[in-house]
Amino acid sequence: MIERKATVASRVGLHARPAAIFAEAAGEQSADITIALEGSPADEAMDASSILSLMSLGAEHGDVVVLRSEDDGAGDALDSLVRILETDHDA
Amino acid sequence: MSTFTGVGVSPGRIVGPVRQMPRPVAEPSAGEKWSNTTVDEETARLKAAAKTVQAELQQRADAATGDSKAVLEATAMMAADPMLLKSANALIVAGTSAERSVWEAGSQVADMLRGLGGYMAERTQDVLDVRSRIVAELRGLPAPGIPTADHPFVLAAEDLAPADTATLNPELVIALITSSGGPQSHTAILARALGLPAVVAARGVETIDDGTEVFVDGAAGTVLAGPGDAERTAAAIWAEQARSLGSYSGTCTTTDGHRIPLLANVGSGADARKAADAGAEGVGLLRTEFCFLNRDTEPTVTEQSAAYREVFDAFPAGKVVIRTLDAGADKPLPFLTDASEPNPALGVRGYRTELSTPGVLDRQLKAISEAADGATTDVWVMAPMISTAEEAQHFAESCAAAGLKVPGVMVEVPSAALTAGAILQRVNFASIGTNDLTQYVMAADRQLGPLAALNDPWQPAVLQLIRQTVAGAETAHGGERSSGAPNGDVGKSVGVCGEAAADPALAVVLVGLGVTSLSMSSRALAAVAAVIGSVSLTDAQGLAQQALAAPTAIEARTAVRAGLPILTTLGL
Repeated sequence: MIERKATVASRVGLHARPAAIFAEAAGEQSADITIALEGSPADEAMDASSILSLMSLGAEHGDVVVLRSEDDGAGDALDSLVRILETDHDA
Repeated sequence: MSTFTGVGVSPGRIVGPVRQMPRPVAEPSAGEKWSNTTVDEETARLKAAAKTVQAELQQRADAATGDSKAVLEATAMMAADPMLLKSANALIVAGTSAERSVWEAGSQVADMLRGLGGYMAERTQDVLDVRSRIVAELRGLPAPGIPTADHPFVLAAEDLAPADTATLNPELVIALITSSGGPQSHTAILARALGLPAVVAARGVETIDDGTEVFVDGAAGTVLAGPGDAERTAAAIWAEQARSLGSYSGTCTTTDGHRIPLLANVGSGADARKAADAGAEGVGLLRTEFCFLNRDTEPTVTEQSAAYREVFDAFPAGKVVIRTLDAGADKPLPFLTDASEPNPALGVRGYRTELSTPGVLDRQLKAISEAADGATTDVWVMAPMISTAEEAQHFAESCAAAGLKVPGVMVEVPSAALTAGAILQRVNFASIGTNDLTQYVMAADRQLGPLAALNDPWQPAVLQLIRQTVAGAETAHGGERSSGAPNGDVGKSVGVCGEAAADPALAVVLVGLGVTSLSMSSRALAAVAAVIGSVSLTDAQGLAQQALAAPTAIEARTAVRAGLPILTTLGL
């Protein structure tokens, strides 16, 4: 399993448009990817391609989230998702 | 031929085929099971329905712009969301039908979002809408919401919700008829904004079959199924008049030469340019909320100034009356208003936010002053929700400190109308906001359908308060003048910028009561000018006296309309 950490850059948090952009990008990856707030148990991680999961995660601006994949070849995919999270889509 | 009678809320006569708004999707009964199929087939059926709904919503998103595009895109993603389908599939495996499974899965998600509060809770309705669409698709029923068609139609519904109004295409929908709702319902407000003929509270219209041709008379409040030649002729005449009425010459004068400037209510630079094209002589109400809404922080002085300048530039030789921020009640702002107030309409709203969050007003005044610097526009500034002479005084001082020369107040709170004399000794003008003035003097929430009859600007109490405001302005005029008013005699004028000004019959009464300018949505300019142009100032004063003498709103309206035969001629 591999993982990456990212800080949510959007001022409104991971809601609405930023969540839609992220979920769509996560859904386009071939590997299954999960997302969780930093410090929460890995087995409570949620499907990163689900906009409803992202909304229920409630990640606010500045929160650190952990992206994980069981597929060890998904490093590039995780990196590209980290870049999306660390961009302020409301700017 | 059958006739349905309701309340006409937006004038116009039109003939067209009816399309019924689909009924709300009924809940699949609890415990509904699938049968004669397999788990795989049932989950595949759900997935196919979800994909179809997603594609439909995405198509609508592609056609939309701005905020509604973003909302529709997110909603489209919800339709085929892995989490939603996963929990629905778990129920299908246990034997529950696809319809009931997605219904329950949607409820769970909605409850969860509601529990998170704030922005998430506001998205609950989107999830429930998606759920209804999937169930309708599974049942082979039309999708809920406004029907689509390739030809123009008359939309029949029980009532329209705010969410429907965002998706209504005015090129397809040519009239609105509803079985419930009132004069201030969302349907009525939308119809007036779009200039669509509309009849509300017409019982029975929900039973008219799709495709049936009807004649809608939005002034008389009638809907007639199976129209004949007389109705077709009436509709043709209306269409012809609407074309000639469609443009306002830019001057509104009574038959004896009394000029009434007609201004527009606008909410952005684009609106202002449209209003200028429609012939408006200026802006009587610039709602500055457009700079502030959908934001979590206050816009900077520079941002505000650029937005206001855009409006000034639409009227280089005209007047623009800017209303300072009117947040609170139905327009909450996260950085300014307290959403947990028990009674927001009576809470810290409008000018009162200056008490709880001082500074925002001064920065806004600075932005207005910067925007006005170098502009040729005659810039007036007014504060909403002023209740006392002290508030008016304080606002005038703030304007003076920012270098703004023409301060004024909105008259919406009955106390401001009753003490207009004292208030207008401190500021240069008043603009009556009849919508709020009516809700406050009648103690009737303007958003409540059952109170529609109370929320009528023809109510005798409202007309009395307008008269009192004008009388107050006259006494103040004789008293101490505010200094610095440009062009000599512009002080102490009383305008009206509520829905009342857009009702041609009521506009005549307002002129007769001594109101000096009227501000309305650009669409109403031509009709109001035509009707005011059919009377002399003396006629208008006579009609105003009749309206004041009438004991009820209905009698006031009936008496005035009887004195204005042009209304019938024009179908208004």
